[in-house]
Amino acid sequence: MSTSSVPLLEAKGLTMRFGGVTANEDVNFLLREVELRCLIGPNGAGKSTFFKMLTGQLTPSEGKVFFRGQDITGAKSHEIARHGIGIKTQIPNVFNGLSVHENIFVAAARNKSMQQTKRIASATLERLGLTGIAHRIVGQLAHGQRQWVEIGTVLAQEPELILLDEPAAGMTHEEIVRTAELIREINKTQAIIVVEHDMQFIRMIAKTVTVFNQGRILIEDDVDVVLADQRVRDVYLGKQAA
Amino acid sequence: MDLIGLVSFNVLVGIGTLVLITVGLGVIYGMMKIINLAHGEFMMLGAYTTVISVTNGINIWLAMLVIAPLVVGIVGLIVERLLIRFLYGRMIDTMLATWGLSLALIGLMTTIFGNDVRGVPAPVGGFSIGNFGASGYGIVILIVAALTLVGLFCMLRYTRYGLIVRATMQNANMASALGVAPSRIYMSTFALGAALAGLAGGVLAPISGVSPVMGAAFIAKAFITVLGGGAAIITGTGLASMIFGFINEIVSFKSTPVLGEVALLAAAIVMIRILPQGITGRFFKRSI
Amino acid sequence: MKSALASFITVVALGIVLMFALPHTTDMFGLMQMTVFVVMAIFALSQGFIWGYGGIMSFGQAAFFGLGGYTYAVAAINFGDSTGAVALAIIVPGLFAALLGYFMFYGRISDAYIGVITLTVTVILFNLINATSGDWYTIGNAPLGGFNGMPSVPTLNMPGDPSTILDPEQLWYVTIATLILVYVLLRGILASRLGRVIVAIRENETRATLIGYDPRLYKLITFIIGAMIAGIGGCLYTNWGAFISPTVFALAMSAQVIIYVLVGGLGTLLGPILGAVLIQWLISFAGSQSAVDSNLVLGVVLVAFVLLVPQGLVPVVRDTITGFWQRRAGTGSEEQKQTTRGAEVRS
Repeated sequence: MSTSSVPLLEAKGLTMRFGGVTANEDVNFLLREVELRCLIGPNGAGKSTFFKMLTGQLTPSEGKVFFRGQDITGAKSHEIARHGIGIKTQIPNVFNGLSVHENIFVAAARNKSMQQTKRIASATLERLGLTGIAHRIVGQLAHGQRQWVEIGTVLAQEPELILLDEPAAGMTHEEIVRTAELIREINKTQAIIVVEHDMQFIRMIAKTVTVFNQGRILIEDDVDVVLADQRVRDVYLGKQAA
Repeated sequence: MDLIGLVSFNVLVGIGTLVLITVGLGVIYGMMKIINLAHGEFMMLGAYTTVISVTNGINIWLAMLVIAPLVVGIVGLIVERLLIRFLYGRMIDTMLATWGLSLALIGLMTTIFGNDVRGVPAPVGGFSIGNFGASGYGIVILIVAALTLVGLFCMLRYTRYGLIVRATMQNANMASALGVAPSRIYMSTFALGAALAGLAGGVLAPISGVSPVMGAAFIAKAFITVLGGGAAIITGTGLASMIFGFINEIVSFKSTPVLGEVALLAAAIVMIRILPQGITGRFFKRSI
Repeated sequence: MKSALASFITVVALGIVLMFALPHTTDMFGLMQMTVFVVMAIFALSQGFIWGYGGIMSFGQAAFFGLGGYTYAVAAINFGDSTGAVALAIIVPGLFAALLGYFMFYGRISDAYIGVITLTVTVILFNLINATSGDWYTIGNAPLGGFNGMPSVPTLNMPGDPSTILDPEQLWYVTIATLILVYVLLRGILASRLGRVIVAIRENETRATLIGYDPRLYKLITFIIGAMIAGIGGCLYTNWGAFISPTVFALAMSAQVIIYVLVGGLGTLLGPILGAVLIQWLISFAGSQSAVDSNLVLGVVLVAFVLLVPQGLVPVVRDTITGFWQRRAGTGSEEQKQTTRGAEVRS
C-alpha cells in the first residue's frame, strides 16, 4: 500500500443544498492509493449526492474535492474521467447498439495508439470473461452481463480510481459472487469506492466502510466494527427492515 | 409626435400578430411538448376557409372568427386521432410526421386550388394618426389577440378542463393516477391548438396573400417565439411576443421588414441559448 | 466485419460501373437528370451522416447546401476559374457550421431545439438572400440577384485551365466520382476511432462522457463534416444548372433531404443515396403528370415512413435477405443476425 502523503482522493467540507433541502453537510472524506472503500447508508442518507459531487454530475454548494492534490471541484464529467477516475453508474450506461467489443474498444481508445487500444480491449474482455460474447450486441444481453460490460468500459480506461454505484444491483447470487471476486482482483492495483445496499455483498468485499446518515458521515471504520455498531444498526438496518 | 404614435401603434399590432400566430402552437407545445410543424399549414387552412366562406357570401366576421377556427379545430381533431396519438413521447418523430403533414397539406391545397394567391378585402378601413395613415384592421388584430389571451387565461384558470390541463402539464403521471384520461386531454388540446391556428389564419387572411405556401412565412417566427416563451402558455407567449414583436417592428421601421424578421429570429435564437427553458422556465415559473 | 467490407466493395464497384455505363445507355436528358439525382445523393449523405451516425437532428441542412451553392457562384464569377471556387464552397459552409455548431453544442441546447434553431437559421438565410435584389448587393463582380437568383454562373473548368469548360458528360463523371469519394471518405471515418466515438456518443452520451470524451467536440466535428459535404453538393448543384436561386434555402429543401434519409434508412450510408434517387425520381414523375402536386406525394411518403417503416428501406431489405439466407441455411448463426439488427439501433 502506498504511503504517499498526498491522498488519492480528498473531500473537504462538501455541502450540497437543493433549495431548502440540505442533502450533504460538511462531509470530509479521505481515500488512500489502492484503497477499497464501501459507502453505505439508508435511502436519502446523502450517499448518491456525495457520489455525484465526486463524479462531476453535481457541483457542491460548498467545499472542495481533490484528486492527488489537484482541485477537481465542479470539473466536467469528461475532465474528471481524464484525471483517471472511472465511474460505473447505478443504471447501466452502456452503448446498447454496439457490440461488447466495440463498447470496450471505444473506452480503451482515448489517447492511445491503435495497437495499445486493441491490446487493452482484448485483455479487458479476457479479464471479465466476455471474450465469448465479444460480438454480441450489448442491448440484447442479460442485465448482469451488461453490468460487466459497463465495468469493462470503466476498466478499459485504465483509471487510478474506480467508483462503482451499486454494482451488484439486479444480479443473481452467482453473479454477485463473481463480481465480488472481480472487485477484489481489481483492488490489487486500483483504488475503488463502492456504493452499495446489499449487506451480503458488503461483507464479501469490504475492508473499510463509511456510513452516511442524514447527509453526514455517521461512522467510518473496519467493516466488522461498523456492522457491530449499535447506531448503524439503528439507522441502517432498522430502516431496511421497516 | 405623430410618428411616435404611429410607430407605437405598429409595434402593438406587431405584438398582437405574433400573439395570434404563436398561441395555437404554444398551447400544443406547452401542454403536450409537441412541436407541431404543420402549424403554418393549419393557419393556411384557416385562411382558405375564410376566403371560401366570404366568396360564398358568408359574413366575413362570422367566417374568420367562427367558421375558420371550427373547421381547422375539426381538422386538428382528425389529425390527432389518425397521426399524433401514435407518436406521443417521441418528440423528433412527431416533428417529422407533422412536417410530412405540412407538406401534404400544401400539396393537397395546391392540387385543389392551384398556386395562385387569393385574398379577401379587409372589413375595416384605415384611420389617421396625425398626418400618417394607419391600418384600422390593426385594431381588429389587437382586439382579437387580447381577447384570445384573456379567454385562454379564464379557461385555464376557472374551468374544470383548465384545471385538468394545468395538472397534466405539471405532472402527466400524477394526473392519470387521479383518474384523468390524458389521451382525451391531449386530443382536445391538439384540437384547441389547431382551432387557434385556424383563427389566426382567418384573422390574418385579409392582410396576407392566401396561398398554399403561406404557412412557411409564419412557421419559424411561431416556433422560435414559443420556445423563447417557455412552457407557460399565456405568460410565455405573451412576454415572448412582446419582446420579439418589439424587436421586429423597431428594426423593420429603421430598415426593412425583411431585416426586421431576421432580427426577430436572431434575437430569439440567442435568447434560447441563454434561457434554454424559455423566459418562463427561468422567471414566472408558477404562471399559466 | 467481413460482410461489412464486402458490402463496401460491392457498393463502390456498382458505383463505378454506373459511372461508366450510364453515358452509353442513356441520352443527354437522362444523363443530366441522373446528374442532379447524384447531387441530391451527396446532399443526402451529409444529412445521413450527422443524423444517422451523429444523432444530430438538423432541420436546416439546406443552409449548408445553399451556402455551398452561393459561395461557388460568387467565387466562380469573381475568380474566372472554378478550382478556388470549389474549395471555398466547401470551406465556407464548414466555417459557418463551426460557428453555429459551437453556439448550439457548447450551449447545451437539446435535440429538438437544435432542430428548431437549424430550421430558423435556414429561414434567416432564405430571407436575407431573397432580399438581395438590386445593384447594391454585389460581392466583387457578382450580383446576388435576390429572389431571381444568379444566372449564367461559370461552370467547372479543367483545374488550372479556365478556358476548358467541362461538358455535361464530363460533369456527370465529376459528380458521381465525388459521390463515390464522399461515400468512401465517410466509410473511412466511421471505421476510424473518430467514427467509433461519434457513434458511441449517439448510443450513450453519458457513458461516452464518463470514459473521457467530450460529446460537444465530437458533435461539432460531425456537424462540420456534414456541412462540408452539403457544401460540395450545393456547389455541384450550381454547376448542374449554371444557376442558383434562394429556393435552395427553402424549407422544402431541408424537408426533402430528411425524407431521403428516412426513406432510405437511418444509420446507413447506402440508404440516403438510394432514398435520394428514389424520391427525386418520384418527384420528377409526379411533376410530369400534373394531377397531383409533388408536395402531397412527399408529405404522404414522410408521414407513412415515420409511422410504418421508421427504420427505412435499406435495413428492411437487408433484414429480409439475411432472414431468408438464415432460414435456408437452417441453423443460421444467431449472433450474425443480432449483429446486423444491432447496427441499426436508432438514437
